[in-house]
Amino acid sequence: MIRDQEFLKDIASYCIENSKKLGATDVGVKVIHSVSENVSFRNKKLDESNRADSFAVNLTTYIEKKKSSINSSDLSKSNLEKLIERCIDATKITPSDENNSLPDKDLMSKEIRDLNLYDETHYPNDKKIEFLKKVEETASKDEKIVNTEAGFTENKTNFILANSNGFLGGYKTSNFSSSCVAVSRINGAMERDYEFGSTRFLQDMMKPDEIGNIAADKAIKKLGPKKIKSEKIGVIFDKRISKGILSTLASAISASAIARGTSFLKDQINSEVFPNSINIIDDPKIEKGLGSQNFDSEGVETNSLKLVENGILKNYLIDTYYGKKLNLKSNGRSGGTTNLYFENGTLSFKDLLNSEKKFLYITETIGHGGNIITGDYSVGASGFMVEDGELTYPVSEITIAGNFKEMFKNITLANDLEMKYSTNAPTLLINQMTVAGK
Amino acid sequence: MSNFFEETDIDTSQAEAIVTETLKNCDDGELYLENHKSESIVLDDNKIKSSTYNSDQGYGFRAVTGEVVAYSHSNDISKESLRKSSDNLKDTLKSKKGTYNHEIPKTNSKYYENINPIESKTFDSKIDLLNSVNNYLRSKGSIVNQVTANFLGEHKSIEIIRSDNQVLKDDRPLVRFNVSVVLEKDGKKETGVYGVGGRQSYDDYLKDGSWKDVCDEAFRIANVNLESKPAPAGEMKVVLGPGWPAILIHEAIGHGLEGDFNRKKTSAFHNLMGQQVASEGVTIVDDGTLHQRRGSLTIDDEGTPTENTVLIENGILKNYMQDRLNARLMGTKSTGSGRRESYKHVVLPRMRNTMMLSGKYSQDEMISSVDKGIFAVSFGGGQVDITSGKFVFNCTEAYEINNGKIASPIKGATLIGDGPSILKEVSLVGNDMKLDPGIGTCGKAGQGVPVGVAQPSILINKMTVGGTKL
Repeated sequence: MIRDQEFLKDIASYCIENSKKLGATDVGVKVIHSVSENVSFRNKKLDESNRADSFAVNLTTYIEKKKSSINSSDLSKSNLEKLIERCIDATKITPSDENNSLPDKDLMSKEIRDLNLYDETHYPNDKKIEFLKKVEETASKDEKIVNTEAGFTENKTNFILANSNGFLGGYKTSNFSSSCVAVSRINGAMERDYEFGSTRFLQDMMKPDEIGNIAADKAIKKLGPKKIKSEKIGVIFDKRISKGILSTLASAISASAIARGTSFLKDQINSEVFPNSINIIDDPKIEKGLGSQNFDSEGVETNSLKLVENGILKNYLIDTYYGKKLNLKSNGRSGGTTNLYFENGTLSFKDLLNSEKKFLYITETIGHGGNIITGDYSVGASGFMVEDGELTYPVSEITIAGNFKEMFKNITLANDLEMKYSTNAPTLLINQMTVAGK
Repeated sequence: MSNFFEETDIDTSQAEAIVTETLKNCDDGELYLENHKSESIVLDDNKIKSSTYNSDQGYGFRAVTGEVVAYSHSNDISKESLRKSSDNLKDTLKSKKGTYNHEIPKTNSKYYENINPIESKTFDSKIDLLNSVNNYLRSKGSIVNQVTANFLGEHKSIEIIRSDNQVLKDDRPLVRFNVSVVLEKDGKKETGVYGVGGRQSYDDYLKDGSWKDVCDEAFRIANVNLESKPAPAGEMKVVLGPGWPAILIHEAIGHGLEGDFNRKKTSAFHNLMGQQVASEGVTIVDDGTLHQRRGSLTIDDEGTPTENTVLIENGILKNYMQDRLNARLMGTKSTGSGRRESYKHVVLPRMRNTMMLSGKYSQDEMISSVDKGIFAVSFGGGQVDITSGKFVFNCTEAYEINNGKIASPIKGATLIGDGPSILKEVSLVGNDMKLDPGIGTCGKAGQGVPVGVAQPSILINKMTVGGTKL
């Protein structure tokens, strides 16, 4: 069902040849085919089934230092011919930029390693349905659960990335994901929570009853929340949201933010940004990793990078264009981070909760309240009060606020890291944040 | 207008036959065809950073029975592909049957012209204007640290083929022009962002030097923020300015009144129909019929003509926003609110232009009545938890109010509130209703669609402001 490499290569070569014929001096192209099947359930009944079969071609043409791009989903040669012509026409009249170029040849990926990213198993829809039935049966056991939704998605993708310097590479990847959302109710007020699993291989998927149980348990625990008084307090970030700290770091150290001067971490390379116990790694070569890749979105070889070592910022995330602006070589991070994680801390989860008399434990944040330029941070939050190491009552309708520069320096990590997403962090504590409530 | 079957091995009548045959035992469904052209041209850091043209075409084939939706989409418009989709739909709905004979009403109204904004302004003149924006803003002095400006234009043709051989068509232009400026003074950096847009040509928004107004507004906001102090933390009175701050209405109320969440009883509003949910002076509508507005549609993505739907009238909850599926299951009619991001997405009930109508008070009266609070003029994004009703939005321009007077500007802070109770805290409704400048995109279930908002100034008695100053 998924188209093979030869088919995609043929389209890629067609694009490169025709672009060159019309006057392009350099060409980069990506051709993708993806097939996705999704089944969703609601209250133990089939709700939706969705099959998606999509092609995409992304083409960038250069005439010396001028550049322009086109994207299309129609792979017919008659359509591509028209679009290539349009792309070349636009390239001719786009002002040139001395930093526009394909990546240096010696940085390109030379071999493709099998990182175990493709499971050819097809999980038929009736199997997905069986799985989801179990998820929802488990999730709805408690009478406080009044609504459940569950979904299972299977995706297979094949792609080819090529450029006119002779680079041509691509491979298949697969993804299986399943989720459950549970709504709980008490005295007319409702709360919602979820569990979510995503894997490269079907056999690694969480068990359905595990997904259902966790979603229901979390939704029930949130019932009857209180709004607390405004105060300065230590805030513990649950693993589901602590990874957001790493995503912020990634945005702030992207070569584009650094080169444009729009990052609160500008000029902080080789400075202490985190406490000296903290190491942050971005490793693209993890077997079965959700963020794993052989090369970046320009074909540049990617290897493991220590972004932060003993608290010191060691590397930016560099692509070809902004690398040239900064006089730095691409480190294979066009398209961003791969498998990004904090190395484990030393405290157990329990010890972290017991390290002070009182904490706020946050399980969910809402809003987009992080400012990468100033480092200011303010988001809506919900979670639990922690007193003497125990979660005592749920809390909602509050905000937490601070500035990333100070927040980063006040992080303590627990030792409960799990590689569940492409960006992963253990439970973490940030001392002295401002909580706004009543 | 696109001819979707040109250059394919199938014609309209053959496609109609497949649709009719596939949906004969279903309650509802359609074949939705879409041709979408878009462009993005970005100036950043003194250079044309990128120019991209996108061309996308495909179909989404939907069959609906009871509560179940089967959907299959592809960019391959061919006999074989449609057949495969048809088999896939029939397979999912094998033991079901039903009929929903609710006809799609006809309309002769049109809320925008069929123009292609990408082609109606030359590429050269777009590049020239972006360079002018850069030069104009940078001429304001060395405090200008970074300028980003971009054109986003699109033209979408859609065709809906229903099982009764009814064919509905629409052509939709849409443009957006944005300017973002970063100022630096005494080591402090702040951003100002402003944009305009809607369903007309670029020049309708930019002619006669009005692009300079967009630049000036972005510059003004950044300048105000350079003087900003840490925002207060805690519950206080909040005055919202007119126009774009209505995203509070969109997040706090709008999403909770979408039909799907109420049919599924997961909305905090699902048992409040006919009840008082807002102060008496509050009337809120969702209107798809405003000429050339970003959120307007002649017909929705199921073919239903849009309308002006009254959601809340004088504080009483009157209607939900409905697509065909949720309307049928709730025993009511579609309000023309069925929307999808593209042929790759299923239809959901969505907002169009959500507006709180004017009351009788002036903004001055509101501000002078506040001892201690904040005055919020502009916002970034917002978000809501439909089930608990809690919502947030981020201020991008706000001021402290002390003893009835506007005081110093404050840093961007998140405001958080409770949807079902917030409108009861609205104590004064202003006489200055304003539409937003045409820049909103609403996200739901991974689908983004263009929307509009409008409101007058309002005074909210009590909201939590998420600053850092206790």
